Amino acid sequence: MIGKATRQLALAGRNSFPGQSRTGPADYIFMNATTITNSPRTQGHNNTSTALTAGTPAPDFALKSTPDQVVKLSEFRGRPVVLAFYPADWSPVCGDQMGLYNEMLSEFQEYGAEILGISVDGPWCHSAFSRDRKLHFPLLADFEPKGEVARLYGVYRASDGTTERALFVINAEGVIHWSYVSPVGVNPGADGILSALEELQELEGQ
Amino acid sequence: MKMKEKAREITALPALPVPDRDHIQGPIDAPIKLLEYGDYECPYCGQAYPVVKEIQKRLGKRLCFAFRNFPLINSHPNAEHAAEAAEAAAVQGRFWEMHDVLFENQEALEDRDLARYAAALGLDAQRLISEVSSGAHVLRVREDFHSGARSGVNGTPTFFINGARYNGPAQFEELLEALVDSV
Repeated sequence: MIGKATRQLALAGRNSFPGQSRTGPADYIFMNATTITNSPRTQGHNNTSTALTAGTPAPDFALKSTPDQVVKLSEFRGRPVVLAFYPADWSPVCGDQMGLYNEMLSEFQEYGAEILGISVDGPWCHSAFSRDRKLHFPLLADFEPKGEVARLYGVYRASDGTTERALFVINAEGVIHWSYVSPVGVNPGADGILSALEELQELEGQ
Repeated sequence: MKMKEKAREITALPALPVPDRDHIQGPIDAPIKLLEYGDYECPYCGQAYPVVKEIQKRLGKRLCFAFRNFPLINSHPNAEHAAEAAEAAAVQGRFWEMHDVLFENQEALEDRDLARYAAALGLDAQRLISEVSSGAHVLRVREDFHSGARSGVNGTPTFFINGARYNGPAQFEELLEALVDSV
């Protein structure tokens, strides 16, 4: 059963998302974008974005990370949480966004932060993807009702049935400290997250 | 707290070749500065390797090129030791020779292969392997990785041209155009 689900989803993953183009070989998804010149840190928010912004309490949720495990946001109260919405499992590259964050876990841990990936894929799919990419952090299934949490955070893409590629850094009190929506074909990297975590640490020290 | 302070200290590294620290080819005061974050086991870095060579040939002294390590160790089990082996070769004054051999032999990057390449380059292979085994260059590789993470590296290879992340394909025409346009 797992095998079948994996196979189907893996096939689905080969189709690229609208707006996502792969212009050449690299270990990440290339962007279509003459528009992208700055890093997320300097770029700030998309003007058109409906994503929740800094100062907003982060809506709580409980989502499955595996077929029999549920992760609740409020369980992490007391330390920073990075929520990384991404369009789908199985992007056909080895250094994709989740793979990159996986390599950076020790950097996030230096700030005491927890990272959670979220997509509309189901928990069986996440399990298979996670195992395949050797991911060491939870992927949450915003699967049923589909995209409900993404909608709460203002980052659901109704046209595609996926979420935006969106990042939220939530402080220890559960309030959004920083958010960023990347063009869906652009892997935003981690520099914006790390800067936000550093700011939180400095605020805490004051 | 110590760890946190260290993390902050490391972030000071700019996305530009740093003299006396980075491995650099070409004049440090060249008008065009290209910095690559790469992983010796990453196939796309392997594809970019001859592209960079061609670019260097084309731009000559107008280009300063530096390479920093960004090993994706969950995907590439040999990438970390390969990176450390290149750093160990640097201690013996032969970084670029090892860098080239590693990219030209991406399918064979286990420790015994690293020793073989060191010997073939006329290096003290035993010393190189003992430095890799003892983790003598772990911190250096980590520092490279940290700096990349902070600068917006989002996969490998990632290039920075005069300090700005290059988001186009790692192919000759596109990369050359971006480099030439940067000045």
